[in-house]
Amino acid sequence: MKKNLIIAVWFTLVTTMIFGLIYPLGVTGLAQLFFRERANGQLVEKDGKLVGSRIIGQAFTGPGYFHPRPSAAGTGYDPTASGGSNLAPTNKALLERVKGDVQKLQSENPGASIPVDLVTTSGSGLDPDISPAAAEFQIPRVARARGIHEDEVRGLVKKYTKDRDLGFLGEPRVNVLELNLDLDQHPPLH
Amino acid sequence: MTANGWFQIAFYLLVIVLLTKPLGIFMTRVFNREKTFLDPILRPVERIVYRLTGVDEKHEMRWTEYAMAMLLFSGVSMALLYLIERTQKWLPLNPQNFPNVEPGLAFGTAASFTTNTNWQAYSGESTMSYLTQMAGLAYHNFASAAVGIVLAIVVIRGIARKETDKLGNFWVDATRCLMWVLLPICLVSSLVFVSQGVVQNLKPYATVQLIEPQTVQVTGPDGKTTTQTVTQQVIAQGPVASQEAIKEFGTNGGGFFNANSAHPFENPTPFSNFFQIVLIFAIPSGLTYTLGRMTGSQRHGWAVWAAMAFLFFVGVTTVYWAEARGNPLLAGTDQRASALQSGGNMEGKEVRFGIANSALFATVTTDASCGAVNSMHDSFTPLGGMVPLINIMLGEVVFGGVGAGLYGIVVFVILAVFIAGLMVGRTPEYLGKKIESYDVKMAMLAILILTFTILGFSAIAVVKPFGTSSISNPGPHGLSQVLYAYVSSAGNNGSAFAGLNANTMWYNTSTAIAQLLGRFFMVIPVLAIAGNLAKKKIVPESAGTFPVTGGLFASLLVSTILIVGALTFFPALSLGPILEHLLMLAGKSF
Amino acid sequence: MSSAGQIRKKSFGDRKILSGAVVDSFVKLDPRTIVKNPVMFVVEVGAVLTTVQLVWNAVHHAGQIGFGLQISLWLWFTVLFANFAEAMAEGRGKAQAETLRKARAETEARRLLPDGSTEVIVSSALRAGDEVLVCAGEFIPGDGEVIEGVASVDESAITGESAPVIRESGGDRSAVTGGTRVLSDEIRVRITSNPGETFLDRMIHLVEGASRQKTPNEIALNILLAGLTIIFLLAVVTLQPFAIYAGAPQSIFVLVSLLVCLIPTTIGGLLSAIGIAGMDRLIQRNVIAMSGRAVEASGDVDVLLLDKTGTITLGNRQATALHPCPNITEVELASAAQLASLADETPEGRSIVVLVKEKYGLRGRELAAHNPTFIPFSAQTRMSGVDMDVHEIRKGAPETIAKYVAERGQEVPAEILEIVKDISNAGGTPLLVSQDRRVLGAIALTDVVKGGMRERFDHLRAMGIRTMMITGDNPLTAAAIAREAGVDDFLAEAKPEDKMALIRKEQAKGKLVAMTGDGTNDAPALAQADVGVAMNTGTQAAKEAGNMVDLDSNPTKLIEIVEIGKQLLITRGALTTFSVANDVAKYFAIIPAMFAGAFPQLGILNIMRLRTPESAILSAVIFNALIIIALVPLALRGVRYRPVGAAALLRRNLLLYGAGGVIAPFFGIKLIDVLLTYAGIV
Repeated sequence: MKKNLIIAVWFTLVTTMIFGLIYPLGVTGLAQLFFRERANGQLVEKDGKLVGSRIIGQAFTGPGYFHPRPSAAGTGYDPTASGGSNLAPTNKALLERVKGDVQKLQSENPGASIPVDLVTTSGSGLDPDISPAAAEFQIPRVARARGIHEDEVRGLVKKYTKDRDLGFLGEPRVNVLELNLDLDQHPPLH
Repeated sequence: MTANGWFQIAFYLLVIVLLTKPLGIFMTRVFNREKTFLDPILRPVERIVYRLTGVDEKHEMRWTEYAMAMLLFSGVSMALLYLIERTQKWLPLNPQNFPNVEPGLAFGTAASFTTNTNWQAYSGESTMSYLTQMAGLAYHNFASAAVGIVLAIVVIRGIARKETDKLGNFWVDATRCLMWVLLPICLVSSLVFVSQGVVQNLKPYATVQLIEPQTVQVTGPDGKTTTQTVTQQVIAQGPVASQEAIKEFGTNGGGFFNANSAHPFENPTPFSNFFQIVLIFAIPSGLTYTLGRMTGSQRHGWAVWAAMAFLFFVGVTTVYWAEARGNPLLAGTDQRASALQSGGNMEGKEVRFGIANSALFATVTTDASCGAVNSMHDSFTPLGGMVPLINIMLGEVVFGGVGAGLYGIVVFVILAVFIAGLMVGRTPEYLGKKIESYDVKMAMLAILILTFTILGFSAIAVVKPFGTSSISNPGPHGLSQVLYAYVSSAGNNGSAFAGLNANTMWYNTSTAIAQLLGRFFMVIPVLAIAGNLAKKKIVPESAGTFPVTGGLFASLLVSTILIVGALTFFPALSLGPILEHLLMLAGKSF
Repeated sequence: MSSAGQIRKKSFGDRKILSGAVVDSFVKLDPRTIVKNPVMFVVEVGAVLTTVQLVWNAVHHAGQIGFGLQISLWLWFTVLFANFAEAMAEGRGKAQAETLRKARAETEARRLLPDGSTEVIVSSALRAGDEVLVCAGEFIPGDGEVIEGVASVDESAITGESAPVIRESGGDRSAVTGGTRVLSDEIRVRITSNPGETFLDRMIHLVEGASRQKTPNEIALNILLAGLTIIFLLAVVTLQPFAIYAGAPQSIFVLVSLLVCLIPTTIGGLLSAIGIAGMDRLIQRNVIAMSGRAVEASGDVDVLLLDKTGTITLGNRQATALHPCPNITEVELASAAQLASLADETPEGRSIVVLVKEKYGLRGRELAAHNPTFIPFSAQTRMSGVDMDVHEIRKGAPETIAKYVAERGQEVPAEILEIVKDISNAGGTPLLVSQDRRVLGAIALTDVVKGGMRERFDHLRAMGIRTMMITGDNPLTAAAIAREAGVDDFLAEAKPEDKMALIRKEQAKGKLVAMTGDGTNDAPALAQADVGVAMNTGTQAAKEAGNMVDLDSNPTKLIEIVEIGKQLLITRGALTTFSVANDVAKYFAIIPAMFAGAFPQLGILNIMRLRTPESAILSAVIFNALIIIALVPLALRGVRYRPVGAAALLRRNLLLYGAGGVIAPFFGIKLIDVLLTYAGIV
């Protein structure tokens, strides 16, 4: 018992050194060496200042931008408070929220059916993507607001639509931040 | 449900089958102390570890000493974690200057990570310093996984050895597990994750200027709503990838960030997602092969695997079906799957994963006592959420936690063999070992502890204000939330119906107790069984021997798990998810 | 060897047993008795709870009187039914004990005093070590060994076999049992047991179940059942808080009903009956097991050691060939052999008559005219034969006949000596026939394998049991018989020590060994074997050493004993599986009934479409009680055992009792529901 207790103390210290410090610091070193950009969060610079991370969602509410999904992270897309709404499917709060969003979207694009991801929060609250259907739904509004042709917008959407990984893993998706950044490069038609 | 979705699930299962044998053989060699290709590098380090810690690698332990060593290690390392949490403010690698963790939360978290539960009543990105994450939490991901795996190895040895009371040396087994099994694969996997976009740095959080400043409503502590303009986004950073690998491979599941594997920095792509769920099942699946190999009955190992795989498949099918159907209460939305969207119940799910991968991840993580999540189980449809709940209720034996799944299913095998083994007209025997009253007693004890913990705490929590006040989703779902908390704790899973506010005095304490009971009071009877089995003679196999191979045995095992594991919880389930489902179909909301 | 003995089976429907069992069912309600059975104890506590609640409701006019009354009644019935099952099983034993007790009635004994005179005392005053004299017509006053004399003894009181048996001093037939009757001659017996410890006493204890202890497997099963009971107790106790949260709290009646339906009452109620019935089945086959542990062990046997003689081959060798002297015809020899054997009632003698009749067509002749004097076989002369007119015809062992003819200066021809040697070498027994002290020829007696042995051994092999023949024969002969009989292995030229060594060797490999034996020199091996069946005709030492005694002294019975052991275990396993599998249907009956009021949507779980919640719960409880009674015959009779491999057996039984156990109650409960509705009870 006493012998094993002494071993336990030393064993904890030695293995903490190896697995709690040497291992993660070693991985950090290798990661910084080989995958510098990715290991640091794929931050995007615009006009010399950081404007976001390619893979972290950001809120957009103006009609000229593609909107991401609703977010439950903090006040919305707060990466220091990631998380979902955790609302049950039978929770009135969820139903009310969705109802409100649906009404708003219907007024934007009457007649079109509303892709479900546009009115549901993601698990992380930081989802950088929307479904191609959700992008398609927003094309008329964005085109209208920016005064550019829908097809031009559609072309951009296509450019930022990622297919499934290796052709079969996951789902096709559109990166909202990248798309919006590119949109800003496109001047209105008139 | 789509063809592509089914293909992904089938492909996943195929990869797991293919990994089972090589990993099983590798682990057999590691724990039998046979030669492996890693020896030239690791053997010298191993010797240094023994010299530094004073371990006599020739010494073999009885089950009692083994249990004692395991408990001492868990206790000491838990204390160290608590210490780190409580002093992180004064320690290095704390760029965000987080304060010391509150005692209640620190204790709960220490218990949770020591027991391989990784139940988190905190948000990592706003609570834990990098040092706490690395040397405290991620370290425990290694340590608790190793403890689980070596316990499974001891149980296998108990079955395989005969007429001995020696079961191996805990320190040697743990060291070899850490260095041979866990470290190399984690090292490689973390780099794979970084290549996909999982961050790995020690930098302070990055502040970025929003492209479009946002006006938001903020409810202050006084309850008043004010309007604020948000112009910045603070992007959390950290040594994530190194923790991500062991989090999955050791079926720990404790996320670096609050959103866990739904967070783009933990799980950026469908490929990283796929890689994570492969890591989760790898060891539990491989251990079934180790079981077969060490006991000399490879077909038994595969029969156990098949029983697990069957339960997994039924589970994933149910979740996928339920989630793909969507939420009938969300009027006006398009939830049909198409080429442009995965459709279904997308609340709490990421677009890049869609329904199929969320269903698959949820099933895998709860089957395997991992607890990492890539979507929020609390927002699943009632039946979709019931499957994770049942998976854990079954005792985390559908592949299960690393090691824990295997020794857990051995308990069920013993019961199955005992109940039905009589039907071949012999007193029950398992791989040549007679199953006697002592073994049955210990097996029942292990199961009782789980049931007692889950049902006992839940029953108190649903009728007392300190329990019900944490419920965030009213109606039958509230019962599911409470039930899930204790099921997840006792089953050492760690996933949650996360709407439940678990950071309260009652939940921090009761879930910590549930985790400790679920881990150590389960382990001790199981070790006692191993010790007792090892002492027995081996009865040679004959045509009259109860067959523990083949489809018949596998289906017997499945039935036992379902009847003993699930029937206990059927009344509770019928008032929770089943009722919620029926009410939802009837158009009711709460 | 099966005649209607007194202790033979009492039929299931026996009135006396039945009425006794009904009375006992109530006596067994005593909580001190029932606490030994945790499952039924919980049911009884539940019944008390509902009864108290019922009375409270009645006093306070709180309603649910009719429903509560019916639930309470059926819960009490559940306990009573389980008690009844046990009482039934015990009842049969009791009836058998009754008969045995009659045999134990006080008798007088003539005790020998040191001076050689005798005194008459009551048998109960005898102590171990006393010597008594027993004459024809008297009862043997206690268990003992014959130390002087030979007598034929009627042991039917114990064995049920009416044919008398020979008991003689020395050798392997020296044991006598108290309560048996000497038919002829006089013997001196040394008493070996004190009153109350005699074989008869022990038998009475055993069949009555008074000394019945739980067997290891039964204990383990009880732990499992207790564990399941606690688990379901937890499930039901915690259901109330959940129900309160849901806003639909439940009454005591409903909660207790659910609990009783979930806990494994079927096997809990029948477990001890199964054990008692298993021993009882042995007794019906005239085997007394000294402990239930031995019966269990017999199901586990891996190796059967079978003595060749009497087990595999007919107990006695049979005449198979005649070898005349060079100048004698076969018919002459046959005729003399027949005459010499006519009065020989031993199986060997009869087999000679049969052989002669079948092979040479010689029928029995009218001998009265020849004024015959039959010379029966005697231990002194070791010959039998007939004197008629002037002829003296004899047959006997070669040495005896050689000595007998040598008295008249005759010799056994060299050819015959050669033949005798050949017969011996081939494992047979040679006999010589002489007429007027001249050797006519030899008769070969050889082993004949019993009919149907090969099939039995095939069955055993299918069960995974290896058979091993033990014989004193030389390896060649042994191999030939082993091949013919189809045993897996044999041990030739076996001495008692070899048997012991063989058992040890098999046990070291982890195997369980069963054997039979009768001689004193078998005692160590019988004690060493996991299942040792002593022949009742055997010595006291053998009977003490074994853990079973076969009253019929039929070595083949070992096979039946193994089957009974297996049957016992299978019955336990089958009913446990059935009991646990039943829970599925009961859930589907009770859970929707509990909450259908508050949440009509849960009615969808009522897949049996039971009429009302009350009827659903009541039907489940009634089914749960009735199934115990319905399975009593199965518990007492045992599940039929089929000698097939374990995998096939498991498949069959799992389908029958596992899948059947899931499905059956759906129909049973529905049927009861329909009947209740039809009868207007609910």
